[in-house]
Amino acid sequence: MDSIHKTEAGTSPGPEGGLWGWLNRRTGLDDLLRSALDEPIPGGARFAYIFGSGLLFIFLSQVITGVFLALYYVPSADHAHTTVAYITKAVTAGSFLRSLHAYGASAMVIVLFLHLSQTYIYGSYKGRRELLWLSGCVLFGLVLAMAFTGYLLPWDQRAYFATAVGTNAVSEVPWVGESLKRLMRGGTEMGTLTITRFFVAHVFLIPAAIFALVASHIFLFRKAGAAGPVNEDPYHPKQKAELFYPRQVLMDLSLTTLLIVGLGLLCFFVPVQLGPPANPADAQYVPRPEWYYLPIFQWLKYWHGSGAIIGVLVIPTLLVLAIMAIPFLDRSVERRPWKRPAAMGAYAFVVFMLLGLGFRSEYLDRHDSGIAQQLGKQNAEEEEYARKPFEPELSSASLVAANVTLADPLAAKGKNIFEGQSCNACHGDGGVGTAAAPALVGIRAKFSPDQLAELFKHPTAKMNAGGMPPIDLSPDDLKALIAYVESLK
Amino acid sequence: MFQSAGQSENAGREGASFGESRRSFLGVLLGLGSFFVGALLSVPLVRFALFPLLRRTTELKESPVGALSDFSSLTEPVMRTIQIEQVDGWRKAVSEKAVYVTKDSQGQLRVLTSICPHLGCTVPWNKEKSQFACPCHGAIFAADGTRVGGPSLRGMDTLETSIQDGQLLVRFQYFRQLVSDKEVIG
Repeated sequence: MDSIHKTEAGTSPGPEGGLWGWLNRRTGLDDLLRSALDEPIPGGARFAYIFGSGLLFIFLSQVITGVFLALYYVPSADHAHTTVAYITKAVTAGSFLRSLHAYGASAMVIVLFLHLSQTYIYGSYKGRRELLWLSGCVLFGLVLAMAFTGYLLPWDQRAYFATAVGTNAVSEVPWVGESLKRLMRGGTEMGTLTITRFFVAHVFLIPAAIFALVASHIFLFRKAGAAGPVNEDPYHPKQKAELFYPRQVLMDLSLTTLLIVGLGLLCFFVPVQLGPPANPADAQYVPRPEWYYLPIFQWLKYWHGSGAIIGVLVIPTLLVLAIMAIPFLDRSVERRPWKRPAAMGAYAFVVFMLLGLGFRSEYLDRHDSGIAQQLGKQNAEEEEYARKPFEPELSSASLVAANVTLADPLAAKGKNIFEGQSCNACHGDGGVGTAAAPALVGIRAKFSPDQLAELFKHPTAKMNAGGMPPIDLSPDDLKALIAYVESLK
Repeated sequence: MFQSAGQSENAGREGASFGESRRSFLGVLLGLGSFFVGALLSVPLVRFALFPLLRRTTELKESPVGALSDFSSLTEPVMRTIQIEQVDGWRKAVSEKAVYVTKDSQGQLRVLTSICPHLGCTVPWNKEKSQFACPCHGAIFAADGTRVGGPSLRGMDTLETSIQDGQLLVRFQYFRQLVSDKEVIG
């Protein structure tokens, strides 16, 4: 026993004992922590490098808030909106957590853009970092897909119509567009199957892909090493390196702190609203996507008819392919932005176009009095709905709902007799049947009203044995009872 | 972990110059800070998850039976159909049940469920005999619901009532059948 202990202690890096020491000898946690923190950064820590870990933090926050929201959410067209309203209006801290999740998506897009811009402007994709850049591009796409699929889930007017437009745009893709749209929607129209599909993508498929890609992104980053400042050699860093811990960690934490405080204050003081439930029959509703989709939304407006394919498919595809191919096309080791005018010009052009399209969409909405008025009305409806207290959903098992369908006054009278005479004690409420007596639902197919009247007055021997007494009612009441029993479907 | 040997050496010198003790002091400080921030952030999460434990998320609402004035000159039990609203989280079920409004021996209003405490049939009021008579197995109850005869082991069950703005409200409940003591179920 002693000798084994000595051997173990001998192989461990430190003289630590106790639980931490034991855990460390078994897992090598200390080594793992050390290799995570002792990452060398050529040229030293800088605030320019903080965005990656900021993204990781928001992603973690999205995962946690998402899991908690799933405690109450139901992905179906008849319950989705009610359950989100319940989260927002009834559950403690529900509005705050939902806001954190919704604003978190926007924060993710902003920080992702900053991360990508930093990498591009610093030329950090150079020097055997093609796969690192590619995995980042795919991650960008996945984050946008998360935002798109998550947007539908509350199933309010805004969500429904934005997704209707979004999935419609997909059908513009030649040959496979229509099939793709149907695949996304789970049919030709948006409905409860659409929610389930978006939910599965948002909660299982895309997050799984993001986890895998984040892991490979970090692995590839550590494999290639930090690129360092713009005047550093991307292949063989020469500048004096500083470890990730502590200064870079502290800088990264400053962004995390900013995100926590900023998102916390925003969610507390300006919580995300939930509009009235989706009404597909609303022909007036003017759909608008979330702000980060506005440039694409505005861009698609310009392309109609036979040439649409160029704008909807060819140009966006070329743009995406061009962005992905950057590290393959740009092979020079020059990283200083002022020595890369073409690269910087292209960047400025794309950013200018995106901002221009986004603001153009906003400008047009404000200066079209009809649309501005409708958008104002939609906002007012949203605020009005948000002020109303939570109203539970009437379950389909409710008897009141069944009464509404009982339009025939004679059958309605018969229902009172059915219950007053205790028929429901054995045959069940609504004649659904119990262990004591058979169901009466659908009996119309078996017996005519006259046959039923005869059976009620003179039950068969088998009925008698089961406890069915002869019914002694006035002819009018008997007629009403038969009308009710015949109406049971 | 992944860096080349040259980088490691370089990095090692930089780390050493910072000072091992200052590093670990900062580490403890950061650990504590992260712990407290994490604890703070988990407060809304815990409150969110524990909501159904700390608040009533299932409740049976009181149902209005009618205006008190309707029952002031009551000479015999009258049947009223009430709507029962059962809230269950974000949904509610509404059902209808028949109850009797009657008077007890002191002349106070009393609401009886129409469900027979024997086997659950709906008990009708027999005007001629001035008693409740269950059609299923012949249990007999007096106008105030007390047991008179038949197979039932107890009298008809009274329901909790309250009065609000001149309205008689009742909290509908189900009771165990075939026992001599009133016992709430569901």
